[in-house]
Amino acid sequence: MLKEKIAKGVMYVALAIVFAIIVLILSSIFIKGVKCITWEMVTSLPCGDFYTGGRGGFLNAIAGSLCIVSIATIIGLFISIPILLYLNIYLAKGSKFAFAVRLSLDILFGIPSIVYGAFAFIIMIYIGMRASLAGGILLTILLIVPVLVRSMDEFAKSFPQELLEVSYSLGATKLQTIGLIIRQIAPGIAAATLLAVGRAIGDTAGVMFTAGFSDSLPTSLTRPVATLPLAIFFQLSAPQEAVQERAYAAALVLTVIVLIISLLGRFITNRFGRNRL
Amino acid sequence: MKSGRRRVYRSEGVAVIMTVITFCVILLLFAMSGVLCFKSLPILKTHSLSELLTASSWRPSKNEFGFFPFIAGTLCVTAIAIVIALPLSFLTAVFLTEYSSGRIRRYVYPALDILSSLPSVIFGVWGTLVIVPWISKRVAPLFVGFSSGYTLLAAGIVLGIMILPLLVSLFTELFSSVPIGLKEVSASLGATRWQTTKKVVIKRSLPGLFATVVLALSRALGETIAVLMVCGNLPQVPHSLFDACYPLPALIANNYGEMLSVPLYEAALMFAALLLFFVVLIFNVLSRIIYRAH
Repeated sequence: MLKEKIAKGVMYVALAIVFAIIVLILSSIFIKGVKCITWEMVTSLPCGDFYTGGRGGFLNAIAGSLCIVSIATIIGLFISIPILLYLNIYLAKGSKFAFAVRLSLDILFGIPSIVYGAFAFIIMIYIGMRASLAGGILLTILLIVPVLVRSMDEFAKSFPQELLEVSYSLGATKLQTIGLIIRQIAPGIAAATLLAVGRAIGDTAGVMFTAGFSDSLPTSLTRPVATLPLAIFFQLSAPQEAVQERAYAAALVLTVIVLIISLLGRFITNRFGRNRL
Repeated sequence: MKSGRRRVYRSEGVAVIMTVITFCVILLLFAMSGVLCFKSLPILKTHSLSELLTASSWRPSKNEFGFFPFIAGTLCVTAIAIVIALPLSFLTAVFLTEYSSGRIRRYVYPALDILSSLPSVIFGVWGTLVIVPWISKRVAPLFVGFSSGYTLLAAGIVLGIMILPLLVSLFTELFSSVPIGLKEVSASLGATRWQTTKKVVIKRSLPGLFATVVLALSRALGETIAVLMVCGNLPQVPHSLFDACYPLPALIANNYGEMLSVPLYEAALMFAALLLFFVVLIFNVLSRIIYRAH
């Protein structure tokens, strides 16, 4: 019985530590961020001496991040939904090709974003692209396609085979069955999209190489664009306290955005999914 | 209703497009390794592989490219992260699957979800805000006296916390997949909760546990920005927890701007990226193999 009690006690301690860490992180970010944030920061662009203590805000970063992520997600969905459907409908269950593709996706999912950044950087130099909005979009697409396909695949795997068979037995081609499938796994697609968006908006190392940085709002595909994570990083590295405070404010904004996305995702899975915990 | 043949042509036509797109996924993987290899060739031609991996001197302007401090830094940070994260995540996962009530789970799972969704730069900010001063003011004076706080220990702590949710979620999946029949049999034979957990659940999951750790290692190896912000960025082999270190991803991220100024610098950084790529690749495939065998 003593062993039992010790084991339980140790586990309670571990759980308490983990929970305390989570609370500590969120509260530090919130407390420090709320102290430093002003309305001006969220709604204005950096003025001339922003990075040395002047006025202005980081709207350029917010707009840049939203721009990159939204465009990349839309294009990413156009790429990943066909892959998902192909893997699950057109290919047979035990197909070697499907196995190879899923393995590749798993590996791609695990590759650090800095390696993606290096790769995208080389490609961009080769085709003559400079660090720009287009570069940032390219990298984000590369980054989130594995995330999208992998998470949607999890949902698609739990799709009942009988529905497919009924559809074929009624004479539908594979393409027509797809309409049926998409309606069924739509919540899965939504949740996967939110997951990918959360990952994309927080990525720093990849956009460092490919999107550059800029003080202005995103205006064209070929000019560098600011991103929120990079803005936080640069501002925090500045020696002036005033600039560092803006980093904390920006960190708060980013955290809030990510939390909203995460909660939304959870809400959708709980509300519309089946057999969710 | 569309004509019979046209439906079929449409379906087959779309299939071709989908095949191409799907094939591009595999192509992407090969393209990445090929491109990185190609770009690292210049430095591999002039320096031998063993020299690159074991030399300690990093002076690009003098054509000295010793990667050992960075490899050592990466290994040390990852080791500390695992040492911190493994016991915590393991115990938490066992608790959540075997012991806890639904009420606790309802609070803990979302909390872990939130932790896992936080961007790495936020962890870097938190590390700079909380961990670095804590080490500098409270921990270091007990051991070595002075430290700026930007240390191996800071990076290890931050990284450990970052891989916690992944470990917990993979562990809970593992433990949940132990057939409930086995646990019931064990209980019916008179085993206590802990005995059942230890001898049935954990023992059965051992290969999966190993695969999970390998996967978490590969994730930790590649983490760039959070580690960069707190590790100190000094190219030296760390000899104590309170030394600054310089892991491989931080090397690439910090120096990409000066890549094109010094000859071979670009090839060196691409070689670092290649190293990361291959280690992650091997670890991922390894963990997959173990999972399948299990």
